[in-house]
Amino acid sequence: MSGALTAPAARGGTGRGGRLLRQAARHRVGLTLAVLALFPFVAPYEALAVNILVLGLYALGFNLLFGYTGLLSFGHAAFLGAGAYGTGIAIVHGGLHPLPAIAAGVVLATVIAAVMGFLAIRTRGIYFAMTTLALSMCVYYAFYQMEPLTGGENGLRGINVPALNLGLVSLPLIDPLVKYYVILVFVGTAVWLFSRLLASPFGAVLEAIRENENRARACGYDVARTKLVAFVISGAVCGLAGALNAIHLSIVPIETMHYAMSGEAVMMALLGGMRTFFGPFVGAATFLVLQDGLATLTSHWQLFTGAIFIAFVLFLPSGIWGEVVARLKRAGS
Amino acid sequence: MSGAILRTEGLGKRFGGFRALDGVSVAFPEGGVTAIIGPNGAGKSTFFNLISGAMPPSEGRILFQGQDITGLAPHRFTRLGIAKSFQITNVFPDLTVFENVRVAAQARRVRFDLFRDRAAYPDLARKAEALIAEVGLAGREERLARELAHGEQRALEIAMALAADPVLLLLDEPTAGMSPEETRTMMDLVRRLAAERTLILVEHKMKLVMDLCRRLIVLHQGALLAEGTPDEIRANAEVRRVYLGKSA
Ligand SMILES: Nc1ncnc2c1ncn2[C@@H]1O[C@H](COP(=O)(O)OP(=O)(O)OP(=O)(O)O)[C@@H](O)[C@H]1O
Ligand SMILES: [Mg+2]
Repeated sequence: MSGALTAPAARGGTGRGGRLLRQAARHRVGLTLAVLALFPFVAPYEALAVNILVLGLYALGFNLLFGYTGLLSFGHAAFLGAGAYGTGIAIVHGGLHPLPAIAAGVVLATVIAAVMGFLAIRTRGIYFAMTTLALSMCVYYAFYQMEPLTGGENGLRGINVPALNLGLVSLPLIDPLVKYYVILVFVGTAVWLFSRLLASPFGAVLEAIRENENRARACGYDVARTKLVAFVISGAVCGLAGALNAIHLSIVPIETMHYAMSGEAVMMALLGGMRTFFGPFVGAATFLVLQDGLATLTSHWQLFTGAIFIAFVLFLPSGIWGEVVARLKRAGS
Repeated sequence: MSGAILRTEGLGKRFGGFRALDGVSVAFPEGGVTAIIGPNGAGKSTFFNLISGAMPPSEGRILFQGQDITGLAPHRFTRLGIAKSFQITNVFPDLTVFENVRVAAQARRVRFDLFRDRAAYPDLARKAEALIAEVGLAGREERLARELAHGEQRALEIAMALAADPVLLLLDEPTAGMSPEETRTMMDLVRRLAAERTLILVEHKMKLVMDLCRRLIVLHQGALLAEGTPDEIRANAEVRRVYLGKSA
């Protein structure tokens, strides 16, 4: 019975692999953070490590809907972008301190997610994907047009945060390692809250909806309302990723909001394993390292990432981390 | 009619131009089993889906304990105490048996708790385990629902329906696709369940329900053909003509 009470991934056999898995699932936040804390020392260079951290959070937020609730959204770039623009505009035009600026970005993303969610949540399957895609394109266009605020086509430039002033101490963000760990504090907090959410009764309802929407309804759950709440939380997490990205890059390229970015969330979640907690980070790392490596070799790197992605979907549908977990499980039973 | 837990007035359902159900007015007494019978395609499941709230009627009213509940959202029916198990098995396939029932039980207690651990509600775990045992699935808690045999999945679905603490339990052909042995086990369970709550049972195998139910409702081509006690139905010439003559 205790197995069922922890994460779904925790269900394993009674053997060594199974026990290992259950232990790992119980400490998934600690393990995730430990790996992320050591990550800059194995990553090719620090900026890439920060990219992976931020886009890993983006993929994690997306995966709340995709992997845990069973909703495929093609509009999550809108939230990544809204978080980034909200933070960037607050700093560039409002002269705000980075912390309230990040909050502003998250709030903007959350509001946009609430509106988009309200409009999209009653549709299902391909219609849901198309509605979110269309709405995110409207958001993209609106930000593109607001050139005085957003910089339009050129992106929003000049988000200079050389240091994070916390009163007693000032953390020099120009040092890439310091920047990494500052961002990790945000990501780590989000991961911790996220893990609690998944383990909560609410997380159980999300799984139930993913498994069988009709049965969830028959159990007495208000499916539409639950989906909307999940959609908004997912948008807020992606908004935080965007806010951190704006500070990391000092610029918000308009591409942040482009639907190709929504597609990247799907790719990262699938590559890593949509049914695992850690999968989105593994997916983000794989995707970005591939992109980084291939981009130095060929200008047609997108063709190759596309091909690799298709190979994964065909031959490793549960994703890299999903496969690792499945093998451990098999070894355990 | 007093003592009716559920009443329908002129209930009808159209699918496009096709009338699957037309003007059905019946009352279900409180307590015991009422069976809805009729040949294939008679409209039993359609009627079932209307009174269980799974879909809204095209016309007519549904009254539960005297209250008009026509057009309420499906999850509201459950919260009022009307639970169901569908004709086609409807569980959460990739969750464990335990979690299937636990999450069903949770719907009555906590729906929007975002930060407490779901294990922090030991009463829900106890309730889930008791229900799993009640439907005969003890020892299967950790299996995934999709790994269960067909008969076991039906039992699981009933445990999930019971988790809502229903005063009215609706079962659509709980023995569909079952072996004779599984059927017997299921009918024993149904008998036990009926001792404590009102049960409405859809069944097209008439023999199965005759010695079990207090009243029968016979549907034929989307309309009410007859209603009454098993003896009255057995004696009804029209029922014999459209129904007993053909299948059994
Ligand atoms: N969603 C639907 N759309 C269109 N027609 C439907 C729909 N559901 C049922 N019908 C039709 O309505 C009629 C009654 O179907 P229903 O499923 O209620 O019969 P039933 O008595 O439950 O039959 P069975 O014994 O086979 O379960 C059938 O002719 C069926 O084809
Ligand atoms: Mg039927």
